[in-house]
Amino acid sequence: MWEYTDKVQQHFLNPQNVGEVENASGTGDVGSLACGDALKLTLKVDENDIITDAKFKTFGCASAIASSSVLTEMVIGMSIDKAANISNEDIADALGGLPKEKMHCSVMGREALEAAIADYRGLILPMAAGEVVCECFGVTDLEVIRAINESSLRSVEEITNFTKAGGGCGKCEDKLRELLRETVGGKSEIVSPGTKPKKMTALQKIKKIEEVLEREVRPGLRKDGGDIELIDVDGDFITVSLRGACKSCKKSQTTIKEYVERKLRELVLDSLIVEEEN
Amino acid sequence: MSSVNEKVVYMDNNATTMIAPEVVDAMMPYLTNLYGNPSSMHTFGGQVGQVVSEAREKVADILGAEPEEITFTSCGTESDSTAILSALRTFPEKRHVVTTRVEHPAVKSLCDNLETLTGHKYRVTRLKVDGEGMIDMAEYEAALTDDTAIVSVMWANNETGNIYPVEKMAAMANGRGILFHTDAVQAVGKIPIDLKTLDIDFLSLSGHKIHAPKGVGVLYIKRGTLFVPFLTGGHQEYGRRGGTENVASIVGLGRACELASEKMAEENSRVKQLRDKLEEGLLSGISKSRLNGHKTARLPNTSNISFEFVEGEAILLHMNRYKICASSGSACTSGSLEPSHVLRAMGVPFTAAHGSIRFSLSVYNSEEEVDYIIEKMPAIIELLRKMSPFWQGN
Repeated sequence: MWEYTDKVQQHFLNPQNVGEVENASGTGDVGSLACGDALKLTLKVDENDIITDAKFKTFGCASAIASSSVLTEMVIGMSIDKAANISNEDIADALGGLPKEKMHCSVMGREALEAAIADYRGLILPMAAGEVVCECFGVTDLEVIRAINESSLRSVEEITNFTKAGGGCGKCEDKLRELLRETVGGKSEIVSPGTKPKKMTALQKIKKIEEVLEREVRPGLRKDGGDIELIDVDGDFITVSLRGACKSCKKSQTTIKEYVERKLRELVLDSLIVEEEN
Repeated sequence: MSSVNEKVVYMDNNATTMIAPEVVDAMMPYLTNLYGNPSSMHTFGGQVGQVVSEAREKVADILGAEPEEITFTSCGTESDSTAILSALRTFPEKRHVVTTRVEHPAVKSLCDNLETLTGHKYRVTRLKVDGEGMIDMAEYEAALTDDTAIVSVMWANNETGNIYPVEKMAAMANGRGILFHTDAVQAVGKIPIDLKTLDIDFLSLSGHKIHAPKGVGVLYIKRGTLFVPFLTGGHQEYGRRGGTENVASIVGLGRACELASEKMAEENSRVKQLRDKLEEGLLSGISKSRLNGHKTARLPNTSNISFEFVEGEAILLHMNRYKICASSGSACTSGSLEPSHVLRAMGVPFTAAHGSIRFSLSVYNSEEEVDYIIEKMPAIIELLRKMSPFWQGN
């Protein structure tokens, strides 16, 4: 059971301004059914750029509905310029806070507002121009970077809580980590275990690989009457040759991939690909 | 109707059940005066050992098993882990496990970990299911190999109630010299089980799903099956599971099994009729709703229904206002961002998976409660649909 504030419950059970404004001056449509939440925000704006009416339609959980409802209350009577400055934190604050796993609901509110304002002004949203990082939820790099900056995010988990990116198949986690590193630099608290710094000269790499083979791999193979030799290093492609008992072993491919490659990825560089010499 | 409104309408029995009053009564002496250790030499403890034996017989009876085949554990999850890990330790040269894509997390996570935490030393085949959640037996047969140590397939699914043909699957595994485990946590007490005629080597059950308390489970280990304990320690449970017995809960579980046997007929007649009435009432009373799971090969108490274009957590919280308790396979209820793995494996469209609600009944439910839910649900769904940007009207 989620711990929702009274304010969230109040807006969820008695949502304000449900529906669509007729002849809307601006419409913001974000999210999708597949994503599990979606929001259509319609605004009426008068000749002085004041929002005179706002209505919403939301598919989603209690916090999505409450975020939408409180957002309409916040913007009615506000100038477009002022509304453009509303952040997702403002929305969450107006609800007395949201569980951290639900912060993406407030982000969805902010995005819908932004889209509706852009629609009113006849602009195209800059965020949509970014490159999609998370394919499961269609989140772009620009959206991720913005969330990192605005909400001072410091881990991949936080990025997922705020933008949903990485919450599906998890394939984009490395990319998210990289975006985090690029955006916050040294302030990043996350250092993924096993991911060593990528800048290594070819010589350093070879030396390091030799070292790991000698220390971590050979003892195990020798116990089974086998051995291994480093043949070539070409970028991330490592060619090795198995010797002794390993050479004729039916499981040699498994040894290479599951044992040697894993060790090298863990201790040298996580992008290495190990292959056996033909 | 007001009498119903004042108390909770509990239709979440696949999550957990009420402890039967008879079970509480049976347990009380062992929570108070009779606190002895069953392993003690003195009569004070020894008499407690006697009731543990009696409970073991009662559990064996509901399964069609022998008392020596019953090992008490702390929960269904422990039983599942114990069975699968025992098989892998028994056959260290075998590195393959067969399971399904719709298992309970207790088995699913263990199998995932077998692959990832061991650096893929183990290989896991997860059988696909069709739109109704059923397995293809030809695919199953083809998945069994000489390298397969154990098959683990649930007897009945917790989300949909689907019943799997474990009797036949166990026979096929047995024919290949492969151990067979079934997570029967949802099946025990709801459908008849007679293990002495079957090739099932391991079976897990859980107390709190059959009106016994939380914190007690059972692993059935067929006589003659090689076994390696999970929890080692004292000689309790014939040396199969160390740790002082959870006496009061074990006694409660024994009593709950007796009651479940007595009420099995009612479960499959009255409870099933209530479930059917609820299901028909909701499907016919609410447009764009659909049943998830198999229409007939299903537990008598479970109904999983999707209400399209609305989201499950929102539905549950509105139901909560009327004190109606159920569950959802929606992403938002779990804290993850994706809907239930069971519904996704069945290919239930996202539009429907997010709005799935599971009703699971018990012998303690009444027709009045079913009528109450049928009365309240349409307005809840309509209210949320009016708010949904995807809802285009009927």
